[in-house]
Amino acid sequence: MSLPARVTTLMIAFLAVVAGGIFVALHFIGAQPPVEDYTPYASGGQVNVVLQTAPETTSGSDPDWVTYFIQNPKTKQWIHTTYFAVPANTKVNVTIEGYDGCTPLRNPAWGKVMGTTGGVEDVQYVSGKSTTPVKAISQFNSWADCAVQHTFAIPTLGINVPVASPTTVADNNNLCGTAPCTSGPHSVVTFSFTTPKTGGVYPWQCFVPCGGGYVDGNGGPMGTPGYMMGQMEVQA
Amino acid sequence: MAADASATPDTGPGGRRDGVWLAALWVILSVVGCALVYFVWGPHLPPGNQSSSAASQQFDYKVLGTIATPVVIGVLLYFGWALAFWRQQPGDETDAAPIHGNTKIAATWITVTGAIVLGLAVFGTYELISPAGAGAGEGPQPIWKPAGTVTTSSASWAPGGKNILQVQVIGQQWAWTFRYPQFGGFETTQLELPLNEPVQFNVTSLDVIHSFWAYQLGVKADANPGVNNVAYTTPTHLGTITVRCAELCGIWHGAMFDYGKVVSDSAFMTWAQQTETQLASVTKILPPYALTYDPTVLANVGKVNEELGLTSAGGGYYNPADPEQP
Repeated sequence: MSLPARVTTLMIAFLAVVAGGIFVALHFIGAQPPVEDYTPYASGGQVNVVLQTAPETTSGSDPDWVTYFIQNPKTKQWIHTTYFAVPANTKVNVTIEGYDGCTPLRNPAWGKVMGTTGGVEDVQYVSGKSTTPVKAISQFNSWADCAVQHTFAIPTLGINVPVASPTTVADNNNLCGTAPCTSGPHSVVTFSFTTPKTGGVYPWQCFVPCGGGYVDGNGGPMGTPGYMMGQMEVQA
Repeated sequence: MAADASATPDTGPGGRRDGVWLAALWVILSVVGCALVYFVWGPHLPPGNQSSSAASQQFDYKVLGTIATPVVIGVLLYFGWALAFWRQQPGDETDAAPIHGNTKIAATWITVTGAIVLGLAVFGTYELISPAGAGAGEGPQPIWKPAGTVTTSSASWAPGGKNILQVQVIGQQWAWTFRYPQFGGFETTQLELPLNEPVQFNVTSLDVIHSFWAYQLGVKADANPGVNNVAYTTPTHLGTITVRCAELCGIWHGAMFDYGKVVSDSAFMTWAQQTETQLASVTKILPPYALTYDPTVLANVGKVNEELGLTSAGGGYYNPADPEQP
């Protein structure tokens, strides 16, 4: 092979490796789920954020992963993401429709509701055609009761909200099969908290090790943006 | 450069006069440098002096920095002197004379460096032992304990007693919680410590390996699942403590931080007793206090959970002793 041909081959090989590295960085490492921006929808110092948990994503590359969805504030469509934006110094009223089944918390201390207005969450259970009255709950015993499916926790803000689960064996064996869920036994959890006065990005997560089959239950959906962990952007 | 001493002229590059100047400058700069490092820079070296172990570490850095100062100054001074005065003249193509066979210099070099290394080894060992492990995790059976203390997690604790204050540190992706067994075993996300009272941290994890790093206290201990890692310190100044995870433990590792406080004895007792009362209902549902916890074993498991075959292992748990850990 002549010298120019060898140089050209080497340069092409080098560029191919660089391009491959850039592709991996952008496609896999740098990929971020979309941000649902609730900021323009805040009114009177409040904003309403709606989320959903589903036992399986049922789409995409990991259809069996448990996941959160966030409702688009304008279209009301469920978006497969865990990133949302809210304004600073604003009361955030969160609704979580919890369609997954129960799993005991690894640390039952996270069964206590923390950092919400009044230190409670309001819970309703929906099973078939029956809906229970709204009940304010400040603490769950996820070991003694089939009570908690996931948590919505922002540790850096001291917020921890256990997401109530369907409570019976029958309901837990009859969970929603297609995400985003529109039917099936579920809980409706509502709570409020106030965002910090200054802007920032606050990671939120689930404290139930619900990444089935992964290291200590904390891999897969537990460690992937868009599933069981995300971030709240507080816009000043 | 100079050849052997007998061939070195008194003047000229590498001569005795250069040697005298260099030695004099080195002594003067070293004295000034050592004083600056120890007395001016030293009190600002990390991690500060908020605890016995932090102060001990800062003292170590001051001593090491002071010892290193003459070495650094000597190297830089010689380098600068060579650049300034021993530059090759235009047209001078000769090599410098080789150095060889100076037994006195070789013996001095070996003696001095040997004394420094052995001295630091003795100093380091003493500094590890005297502050009861220097704030580092000593494993489940610590060798060095604070003098005159008794370790009993079940007995109640009061300021000034011999019973050391126990604080269990529990790491979980991605938050720290703290359990106080001598106050009913309550568990909280707040770390509060009393002033001038020895503390025993019992550090463990519920999932992967974390590392409890209470920066201002100079305490760092790995948090391993199924293992109790003990570290000691005595807070000696009031103030805030930053707690971080020092072991890359997952995607929100960077957000795994917390703040704690060193408060007066009376403020600590008030806080601990109030928190014990406030969290009494949560404490009831916690597993009994233990040095480690196994997520595959539930205390008081409910009927539905039992019927569904659920444990708090959730998606999986790999026993630390399992050789087939992924």
